[in-house]
Amino acid sequence: MEDILLLEAIERYLNDGMLEEERAYFEQLRKNTPEIDQMVVEHKLFLHQIEALSEHKNLRHSLHESHSRLLDKGDIFEGGEISTKGLVVQLWNRYKRVTAIAASIAGITAMAISGLVAYFSPAAKNSQIELLSRTIKQVVINQNALGAKIKEVDSKIPPNGELTSSGSAFLIDGKGYLVTNAHVLQGSGAVVVNSKGQEYNATIINIDKASDLAILKIRDSEFEPFTSLPYSIKKSGIDLGEELFTLGYPRESIVYNMGYMSALTGYKGDSSSYQISLSANPGNSGGPVFNKNGDVIGIISNRETSAEGVVFAIKSKGIYKLVDELRDSDTAIQKIKMPASSSLKGMARTEQIKEVEDCVFLVKAYNQK
Amino acid sequence: MKQEINEQILLRGLVNNDSKAIDAIYKENFNMVQAFILNNNGTYDDARDVFQEAMITLYEKAKSESFVLTCQIKTYVYSVCRRLWLKKLQQKGRFVAQSDGLEETVSVDEDLEIHEKRNADFVIMERAMSSLGEPCKSLLEAYYINKKGMTEISAEFGYTNADNAKNQKYKCLMRLKKLFFTQYNIGD
Repeated sequence: MEDILLLEAIERYLNDGMLEEERAYFEQLRKNTPEIDQMVVEHKLFLHQIEALSEHKNLRHSLHESHSRLLDKGDIFEGGEISTKGLVVQLWNRYKRVTAIAASIAGITAMAISGLVAYFSPAAKNSQIELLSRTIKQVVINQNALGAKIKEVDSKIPPNGELTSSGSAFLIDGKGYLVTNAHVLQGSGAVVVNSKGQEYNATIINIDKASDLAILKIRDSEFEPFTSLPYSIKKSGIDLGEELFTLGYPRESIVYNMGYMSALTGYKGDSSSYQISLSANPGNSGGPVFNKNGDVIGIISNRETSAEGVVFAIKSKGIYKLVDELRDSDTAIQKIKMPASSSLKGMARTEQIKEVEDCVFLVKAYNQK
Repeated sequence: MKQEINEQILLRGLVNNDSKAIDAIYKENFNMVQAFILNNNGTYDDARDVFQEAMITLYEKAKSESFVLTCQIKTYVYSVCRRLWLKKLQQKGRFVAQSDGLEETVSVDEDLEIHEKRNADFVIMERAMSSLGEPCKSLLEAYYINKKGMTEISAEFGYTNADNAKNQKYKCLMRLKKLFFTQYNIGD
């Protein structure tokens, strides 16, 4: 009990809770009793420590309060609810700047690319399919790019004729009958140019928009009919994976390309065409697709815009169908005799091309003003 | 000049645990520190902890009699936070470029040393307290930390009178002092 009173006295003394008289008495006691003096010093230190801890705790509490108060007011910001945030949120907060930068770059790039694509791609039949005929604007661009403007002085296009589109065509009869795509002939007349640059006048015999095929006839005194064509036109017997090649005019000169048979149906299951994989460009439309024996198996018509190397070719059977249909009504068509046998089998590709290239023509369609 | 006076007022407020002053200092400085921590692999929680630690250091400094404010509060707080955070990153084994930012810094190593020593003392005290067990711990906390009166405490803890509570407090205090002084080395 004594000790309790003593300790209480010490605490009162240290906390300035003593009256002057009592204080003087206590100080006297301290001087005379070393044990009490020691207790006072020790307790002072202890009280100081515990006092500091108390202050410290109070301050921490105040700081927490301040923090949540300011957070509520919106003066400070933690990107979400206080403290107990999920890892994802924390990661998001940490990387949101980087993410924002990356997203903007991606956005700008995407817009630039789509802008470029929209600018350079020709008007397509629909968003996914692109016709491979060339509008004449592109021809002009290509000519300019070559730096040599092709003179149209000796052209067989009438002087008041305006070029509208161009594509490729090939002979189906040595007498001068050609097949091309209907969409290539966006005009009232056409001239054809062979691989050596020789131009011939041609008339449009028939355009069948449904099958996207058209028949032309060269009517030109300079044209020397072929006694026979080197290739045949196959009606059937195509296998998946078969090696294919094509010749056409994506530019002013004849261009060779090769690929393979990808699918026996065309765009969205169209049974009148094939899907082939090769590189084709605007201007290839109407060009023949040969198998490795040099038989014509199809006519290049369009490609899928959303995928690379997906080109559609109309089955060569379609030519037979069209010719047969027209035979009854048109006497000119009756004269067409389609080549049934190929003389190219077993030949090297370069030799095959030499034989075939004279039969593949550049078609230039024009409108007379 | 005016700013200096303002800062003196704020610091006095901080020492007196005045919530308005704390809010003002907090608002003025927290966002800068948060940005620094977040840009250096820290989280929002890290930012809050580090900033509050710096506020406590500032409080201790402002409280000491020899205190002289040699720089702006902003500079001081930023310097402490920077030092604390870089230290923490080093402990985690992450190495960061120690390049100084655009912010001005002052040397705070001495203050932080004192602060750390103080924190260590608090740890000793708190550990001693928690090893006391109940009801001693709560009783002493109520009296010494929360500054409650003996009558209030005796009512709260269910003692029949304040003297009994005092008696109990005395016993607890003796045990606590013993525990504390076996850990705490004076002058160490």
